[in-house]
Formats: sequence, C-alpha cells, structure tokens
Amino acid sequence: MGSLLFAAAEATHAGDGGWWADTAGIMLISPFVAFLLILAFGKRLRYNGAEFAIGALAINTVWAVVLFVLNMTEGVLREPVRFVVGDIGSGLTFELGWAVDGLSIMMYLLVNLVGLLVFTYAVGYMEGDRRVPWFFAAFSLFAGSMLLLVGAPNLVQLIIGWEGVGLASYLLIGFYWEDHENVNAGNKAFMVNKLADVGLLLGAVFLGVAIGSFDFAELNLAAVEGNAALSAVAIAGGALLFFGAMGKSAQFPFHIWLPDAMAGPTPVSALMHAATMVTAGIYLMARTFPLYQQMAADLRPWMVAIGTITLFAMGLLALVVDDIKKVLAYSTVSQLGYMMTAVAAGGYTAGLFHLFTHAFFKALLFLGAGSVIHAVHSNNMSDMGGLRKYMPRTYATFVIGALALAGIFPLSGFWSKDEILATLGHEGYTAVMWIAIAGAFVTAFYMTRAVALTFHGTYKGHGHPHESPPVMTVPLIALAVPSVVAGLLNIPGVSWPGIGNFTEWLAVRVVPMGDHHAEAIDFFLAGVGLLAAVAGIVLGWLIFAPDRDTQQARDRLEIPVLYPLFRRKYYMDDVALGISRFTMGPFARFVNWTNTYIIDGVVNGVGGLVYHLARFIYGGVDQRGIDGIVNGLSAAADAAGSGLRKLQTGRVQQYAASFVMGAIVLVIVFVLVR
Amino acid sequence: MIASQFLVLAAALFALGVYGLLVRRNAVLVLLSVELMLAAVNINLVVFEAMWRTSEAIGQVFSIFVLTVAAAEVGIGLAIILMIFRNRQSANVDELDLMRW
Repeated sequence: MGSLLFAAAEATHAGDGGWWADTAGIMLISPFVAFLLILAFGKRLRYNGAEFAIGALAINTVWAVVLFVLNMTEGVLREPVRFVVGDIGSGLTFELGWAVDGLSIMMYLLVNLVGLLVFTYAVGYMEGDRRVPWFFAAFSLFAGSMLLLVGAPNLVQLIIGWEGVGLASYLLIGFYWEDHENVNAGNKAFMVNKLADVGLLLGAVFLGVAIGSFDFAELNLAAVEGNAALSAVAIAGGALLFFGAMGKSAQFPFHIWLPDAMAGPTPVSALMHAATMVTAGIYLMARTFPLYQQMAADLRPWMVAIGTITLFAMGLLALVVDDIKKVLAYSTVSQLGYMMTAVAAGGYTAGLFHLFTHAFFKALLFLGAGSVIHAVHSNNMSDMGGLRKYMPRTYATFVIGALALAGIFPLSGFWSKDEILATLGHEGYTAVMWIAIAGAFVTAFYMTRAVALTFHGTYKGHGHPHESPPVMTVPLIALAVPSVVAGLLNIPGVSWPGIGNFTEWLAVRVVPMGDHHAEAIDFFLAGVGLLAAVAGIVLGWLIFAPDRDTQQARDRLEIPVLYPLFRRKYYMDDVALGISRFTMGPFARFVNWTNTYIIDGVVNGVGGLVYHLARFIYGGVDQRGIDGIVNGLSAAADAAGSGLRKLQTGRVQQYAASFVMGAIVLVIVFVLVR
Repeated sequence: MIASQFLVLAAALFALGVYGLLVRRNAVLVLLSVELMLAAVNINLVVFEAMWRTSEAIGQVFSIFVLTVAAAEVGIGLAIILMIFRNRQSANVDELDLMRW
C-alpha cells in the first residue's frame, strides 16, 4: 500500500497537501456541527440558522479552494486518513476517514462551492417560508453526508454518506408535507433509491469480502494487479455497484423518482437533484473505475446502453412538460446519462469533466428557475412568458446556463460534451456517439423552448413579477462565471502554464489507471456537435418564439404517437406503479393476512392459553389448593382448640380427679410391667 | 421391725385425703384433705427412715421439708380462700370456676 502510494506520488510529481490535507476532515464534520447547532438555536436567529449552514460551508470552501489550487499547481496526493472504528470480523475493519486525491478534491470543491452559493440563495428564496430552520438543518445534513460520501476512502463510509444523502433527499422532497403529493414524491424517491441501494450494499459485500478490505485503494490495486479472488466476483460485484449507482444517478429505468423529486424547494433541486447528490452514482463508478476497466469489462457495453437510453429518451420528455423544474429535471437525467455513458465507455475524465461543468450550469439553471418561480408563484411555464423585461439579471444568467447546457462554443458545456463525444468515438461506440449528438440537438431544443416560454412572448400569469433580491441574483452571477469559463480548463491538447489541465488534476490518484483523453481538438466532431446544438436552438426558436399568442397550441407539438407517449413518460410510472401494485400489492395483502390470521392468531392463542392457565392456577391451585390447605389447617386447629378448651372447666376437683386417675393408671402400669 | 402396719395406716390416711379432696365442697376442708395426704407421706418417710437408718437421716430431713412446704401451702391457701370468701360470700369450690375457658 505504502510503497505503491509512494510510487504513484512520484510518478505524478504530487505534493502531499501538507497541513490542509491533514486537516481536510474538518470539511466532513463541520456541516454536521451546523446541523446540530441549527436544530438547537436556529429558531432564535435572524436568518433561522442559515448563519451556521453558510458558515460551515464557507469554512469548507476555504479548504476546498486551497486544496484545489494546490492540486492545480503541484498535485495533491496524500495517503487517505483512516481511523479504525470497529472490527467487522473476517479480517475486515470499519474505518472512517477522508481521501485526498484529485477526484475527491474536485468533488470537495464542487459540493462546497456550489453548496455555499445555493445556501446563500436559499436565504432569499426561503424568506418567510415554513420551517426555515428545519430546511437549513436538513440541507446541512445533506452537505455533511455528501462530503462524507465523496471523501470516503472505503466503501463502508461511502455507503454511510450515500444513505445520509438519501435521507436528506427524502426529508427535503417531502419538505412541504402538508400536500400529500409531495409526501408521495418523497416516498417514491426513497423507495426507488432503497431498491437500488440493495445492489450497492451487496456489491460492497461481494467486493470487500473477496479482497479482504473495503478500501478503494486496495480494491483498485487488486483490479489493476489482476487479483484472482476479485476477478471471480468482479462481474457480479461490479453489476451490483452499478445497480446502486443507477438508482442514485437516476439512470433508466430508475430515473422515475427524479422528476417527482422537484416537489422539494428549488434550492434543494439545484444542489441535490442537479449538481451533487445525483452525481454520486457517477462518482462511485469513477472511484471504482479500474474494476470496470480491468475486470468487469464485459459489463461496460450494458452500462453504455443504459446510459445511452437515459441520455436520449429522457431528454425527449423535457420537450413536453409544462413545469419548468421538470424540464430541468429531465434535462438532468439526460445529462447524467451522458456522464454514465462516458464513464462506462472508458472516459473517466470525460464523464467527470461533464459532471464538473454540469454542476455549475445546472445549479445556475435551477436557481434561475427558482428566481422565476419566486416571482410568479407558479412552476408552470404557461403562467410565465415575457419575464425578460421584469427580471433582466435572472434572464441573462439563465440564458448563459441554457447556452452552456446546449453546448454552445465556448461555454463550458461545449467542451465537456465534446470530450464525451470524442471519447465515445475513440472507444468505438460510434452509434452511441451519433445518438449522443442527436441528444445534444434535443438538449438545445428543449432549453430554447424553456427560455422562449419563460422569458419571451407575453406575460400570462397573475400579479406583478419583479427581479429577485441581490441575495438571490448574486449567486446566479457567481455561478454564471464558471458556467462560462470552466470548459477552458480542459481544452484537448492545451495545458495551461503552471497549472496544467483538468485531466492532469484528476489523474492524481493512488492507483494509476489509463483512460483516453483527446490530445487535440477533433474539429469535425466538435463542429458536428456544435451544429446539432445550433440546429436545436434555431428550430426551437422558430417553433416557440414568434407565435406568441398561439404558444399554448404550439407548445403541444402534438405528433400523434409520440406526444402521448412522452406525456405519459413512456408509461414508465404506470409500469412501475403496476409492478408495485401487482407484485407488492398481493404480497402486502398476503403479509397483512398472515399478520392478521397467523401471527395475531398465534399471539392471541398463546395469550388465551396463558390466560386460562393463569385462571386455573389462581382458582384451582392457589385459591382451592394452597389456600385450602392453609385455611384447613387453621380451621382444624380452631376446631381442636374449641373442643379441647372444654376440658378446662375451672373446677379444681375435676382436675384433681383426673390427676388421681392418672396416678392410679401409672401405678397399675408399673405393677403390671414389673 | 414390722413396717406394714404403719404403711397401711399411711395408705388409709392418704386414701382418706384423696376422698376428701375429691368430694368435699368446702375449700377449707379440701385444703385439710391435702394436709391429710401430706401427713400420710410423712408417715411413710419416717417409717422407711426408721427401717433403713441412712447416715444422713434423709427420711427425717424430707419429712421436715414436707412439713415446711405444707405449712407454707396452707398459709397461702387459707389466705386465698379468705379473700375469695370475702369477695363472694362463699367457699364452695363448685362455684369457684372463674379460671375456666
């Protein structure tokens, strides 16, 4: 372990991060401290505990930025800090700690920086809302769990963080629990995720038991070295881990929970269901990348297939929904499909780079949508329109986010999507590459539709919309900056003087592994991708922008077979509901029947038996038997006493007569015996 | 020395005492009958001492003891009878059944 780390560190010329890496664990703890403080004092504070939440993430951001900069300039690779908490048995230990390498540093920056901006935004967005302290408490719980997840040096800690973010997601989706629909959305997210989590748990056990450690470094090393025990379970374990990742990262067919998750407050959607939490599955795939690269390679075409279905089919759904947050949600699912496809196809850097840029512009889009929703008090685009006049800052930033997502040069989405396309082409997934290009067209199309319906045309809602306060617009502007420039960090073939590029930062890791990174810009591919995006924008603009009065009718896009299919979300929800109704339903009824008639019967039977036995013991044994003996003895003594006392007549001469009779009897006895 | 005549006397005297003890109604006479029985015993003691002549004269010593005890007994008994008579104007033992159940 140690020698390998040393060799890897030498190979990449990495520093060890010094004091900042030694103390990086603060980032994993401070949100939990904030969580407790908010619960204790949140209600009494001016900003309902947002002070603690923002404070914690501000401290974290310092660490994240310093580590990120150190990683840019010299590379940071430190042996993961591990504390042995307990012994699992069979030579396995339960360890907590934090990893400090390129991948985790990237995630630290993302979670803390985007988190800090979203938390700040939430102060304005949640102003005057219900249960604000609880909102910030649960949000801090999420941040802590997410950092626990991305900082995990082993699978066990990752699962703890994984379940923690799942819990926070459940709590915040159902945040407005007065509406039963929101509660159902939370339950749906929780149950779909739980189903997938079974895969994660089993996969972790398979892999951990096979190599005798849950440590990622050990796992990756075993995969690289061709460990025989690991290769025996690699397919099964890898498939199970992927199953878990599919749930959290909303891959087809587990994507059904994510659009419903939009029931939560918009900052939650921005941070959890767009920027960070849903990327946990991608992160897991990247963490265990050598396993899929070296051992479970047979799984990769299947994973690519799932990712491809997700990226294309889910993007189409964004065309037909009216709820602006659901447009963005389907867009998120689609983009997660891109990331998963890229990582599965072997594009470690490509997938993570898209994760990185997507976090900025998708958080920006969600916060922009939140700003609009805040102004018009409706999620539906049919209540919006023409808002660019009222909300210029929101409009400008939203358009930047939409262009970045559509992949317009030179915004960040262009570079990261191009990287994915290049990887797919290089790895031989040509068909998938063309589907991804078509997906880029769809992406541009639905984002144009969203922009046109929301900000152009005439205002169709009620009341007077107004620009959001600075506490909300400043985070928008702050997120717009990386949405524009983040792509420049990884231009193929460009290594910025002094800091290198994103690929090199990510390559700082314990176990070296190979993945493809384009050496130069493929102008044909970039051109086709850009063309697809521009075509999508133009077509969208032609359909949705000019026809202001008939927008509603145009909105329908009523293509006979496809439109109902999209509106019904490919009937996926109905299928899921049907499956749960026809499998879980009878099972639940059976369990209920079993419970009512068998378990309750046994319980009642035993209870009745004990009751009757107790009655018998009380009435028969205790009352009649034992008490009978006691009473009988006392009655006998009483009767004997009553009888015998008659002998005491008080007449002295009777006594004397008895005495004399006795003496005579004794004399006779003596005489006879002798 | 022929003891039987004395022993017969003592037995007769004792039997007389027992008879008196059992049948007399007057408490004083009952007490007197007890004295008769004690006297019979004393005769026995003296006779047997006279027969065997122990070195410590046990028979005579015990007869003195018996006299002493008898005197004490009579003293207390008469006192009790006197008190009972004063309270109840009767010394009939049949009526003295206070000490019963």
